Amino acid sequence: MADSPIAVEHHNPALKHHFANMEQQREASSLGMWLFLATEIMFFGGMFCAYLIYRYWYFPDFAAASKSLDITLGAVNTAVLICSSLTVVMAVRAAQLGKRQEQVVYLALTLVLGLAFLGIKGVEWTSKFKEHHIPGPTFNFEGSVPGHPDQPVDQHHAQLFFSLYFAMTGMHALHMIIGVGIFSYLLYHAWKGKYTPEYHTPLENSGLYWHFVDIVWIYLFPLLYLIDRKK
Amino acid sequence: MATAALTAERENYLNQEYGIKSWLLTVDHKRIALLYLLSITFFFFIGGFFALLIRLELLTPAGDLVQADTYNKLFTMHGQVMVFFFLIPSIPAVLGNFLVPLMIGAKDLAFPRINLLSWYLYIIAGVLMLHCMLTGGVDTGWTFYTPFSTAFSNTKVIEAGLAIFISGFSSILTGLNFVVTIHRMRAPGMTWNRLPLFIWAHYATSIIQLLGTPVIAVTLVLVVLERALHLGIFDPTRGGDPLLFQHLFWFYSHPAVYIMILPAMGVVTEIVPCFARKRIFGYQFVAMSSIGIAVLGFLVWAHHMFVAGISLYAALIFSALSYLVAVPSAIKVFNWTATMYKGSITFSTPMLYAFGFVGLFTMGGLTGLFLAALGIDVHVTDTYFVIAHFHYIMVGGAVMGYLGGMHFWWPKISGRMYPESLGRLAALIVFLGFNLTFFPQFILGYLGMPRRYWQYPPEFQVLNVLSTAGSTILAVGYLLPMVYFLWSMRYGKVAPDNPWGASGLEWMTPSPPPTFNFDAPPVVDWEAYDYEHIPAPQEARSGG
Ligand code: HEM
Ligand SMILES: [Cu+2]
Repeated sequence: MADSPIAVEHHNPALKHHFANMEQQREASSLGMWLFLATEIMFFGGMFCAYLIYRYWYFPDFAAASKSLDITLGAVNTAVLICSSLTVVMAVRAAQLGKRQEQVVYLALTLVLGLAFLGIKGVEWTSKFKEHHIPGPTFNFEGSVPGHPDQPVDQHHAQLFFSLYFAMTGMHALHMIIGVGIFSYLLYHAWKGKYTPEYHTPLENSGLYWHFVDIVWIYLFPLLYLIDRKK
Repeated sequence: MATAALTAERENYLNQEYGIKSWLLTVDHKRIALLYLLSITFFFFIGGFFALLIRLELLTPAGDLVQADTYNKLFTMHGQVMVFFFLIPSIPAVLGNFLVPLMIGAKDLAFPRINLLSWYLYIIAGVLMLHCMLTGGVDTGWTFYTPFSTAFSNTKVIEAGLAIFISGFSSILTGLNFVVTIHRMRAPGMTWNRLPLFIWAHYATSIIQLLGTPVIAVTLVLVVLERALHLGIFDPTRGGDPLLFQHLFWFYSHPAVYIMILPAMGVVTEIVPCFARKRIFGYQFVAMSSIGIAVLGFLVWAHHMFVAGISLYAALIFSALSYLVAVPSAIKVFNWTATMYKGSITFSTPMLYAFGFVGLFTMGGLTGLFLAALGIDVHVTDTYFVIAHFHYIMVGGAVMGYLGGMHFWWPKISGRMYPESLGRLAALIVFLGFNLTFFPQFILGYLGMPRRYWQYPPEFQVLNVLSTAGSTILAVGYLLPMVYFLWSMRYGKVAPDNPWGASGLEWMTPSPPPTFNFDAPPVVDWEAYDYEHIPAPQEARSGG
């Protein structure tokens, strides 16, 4: 960064006292958000690391357990999330152009899509409950290793797969729930007309967050659902 | 009192508003620093209390004060409180919070409300930890090793884990605030090469906080999930690998050592040039060694696992990398010494702590090299040698740096001078008490006394008695500053703006600073540590 600009603006009410101007304020928030996302990568990184190691060790059992996941629901959810990322972008665009009506519509759509994702995820989890695929004393996984019908799946390793499945999708869902909270807040303020072409940093930063959560899913889907599907 | 009545006090961050609400809802980084100061001091005494109980138990070879179960809880909670609730927040959250905006000429941190949030997270975590301690405590060791923590311990692992998880977020937010502030809030003319090295040290620290802390956060979440919901990620009976836990834990916890020591190095780098009246030797080297430590610090974690069953080749590589990380630390030590060389040195309190830091940190660092050597580590791993080693770094290094910094900036923080001769006495007591406590532990460890046991063979008693005696002296040394700091707030001499003749923007604003730090926005057109052009104050020379 070059030297901070000294030119001081006073008019914009969104300008906090300790910043010299809107530009500096916006850059600070955006850097802050990117750094936060870096911490998020490390957070999920721990689980991805565990996943990779166990998948490498127990590949056949992981493949079998993965096959019991509902690929249709998973794929639909992937589509839902990608669409929601699009609506977020549209909402930010609408704010940049000063179109309040559109902003509200797109934010509402994002919320609906986010909730749809959580709903579908809920359905998937419920069926896992019914099938006794929840790790713990009642866990029971029947089936054989893909390509080897006479070789039963190792119960323990299948449990490990589902431990990771629930930890990872659970953490992801938690992030979605937080996202839904954030977007409800944004929706309310967009409705009130708070975000203008000059000031819409919260929208932009929440958008970054949403895209991040989206990307995590884009990795989770193939890693969890698509192991060795061809057999 | 008399002096305070005479000089009509000008408006500053302390007297601008009164009342508990003006503190609990403040977004002023200086007030938040004081909130942190109070809270971490509280936890320091809790951790210290546990330490004294440990030392008391070890006065005799038999288990007379407590039995094994209680002893396990004592060292666990001592470690957890000291690491997560005192030392990690100490310098960054108190001195860093207070000084980062002042030193770069900003009105506040970039995100003042997030700063307050981070303090509240710390408090929530602290209350949870206290609750955990009062209702039974934990006994896993501060390391939470699985499968003991997930499947066997019948103490409050979940609560302690969550408390540390939450305190981690407080630490992340502090780091995030610093990085953004340092990037975006510098005063005109405050280029990267003019930044005080304290800022560079905090920048490096923040990077570790940002990239390391989330990993321990997720690790603790997995431990909690395994205990509470029977997930089995680290469970060996289901093919899970406890070593994976250790990798994840140390991926954070080794760099965490640098979260503790880097800020102290930053403090020392401010103190040494000031009391040697010389420009810092090798500015760029000191700055870059901070970054080097932060980066290399992420690559050495498995040196904590040499005997845990990692492969020989992994061990060789991690051993070599651990040697490498000593290089930037050594660069710093050489630079401080070179700065003092032919300087005109004043032995005032902060400088005494800085001397203490350099010596003890060097001891800690060199014994760290012993531990990085595979052959020696196998002999002394999990013995008191390790305990002595990391206390030389954390207590001899980091706490000394913290105390030195508290003395150095106390006039700025409080607007009062502490009693100088008492200060020097306390510094001396701390130094002697420290060495008496921990030096014998090197020998004990080398002779084979294992850590984490409540009793020991009688032939170790003499050295243990010395250590316990030292810890009581150390306790006096720690209590003294607390007493005279409090005393000075009322009765101390009123501090001038720049009592030490120090360089840096924080000394160019009144003591204590006004709420928005500077009366006029500063513009910087000089280099850092410009001591050739700053007169030394008479006051600091004669010593009060
Ligand atoms: C900020 C200061 C300190 C920090 C960060 C710290 C940290 C730690 C940690 C992490 C452990 C290992 C606990 C475990 O094994 O799980 C430990 C153990 C120990 N600490 Fe400290 N400590 C500090 C101050 C002190 C002080 C002042 C004393 C002495 C009075 C002390 C005495 C001990 C002893 C004797 C043990 C060994 C207990 C055992 O393994 O049986 N510590 N400390
Ligand atoms: Cu280490």
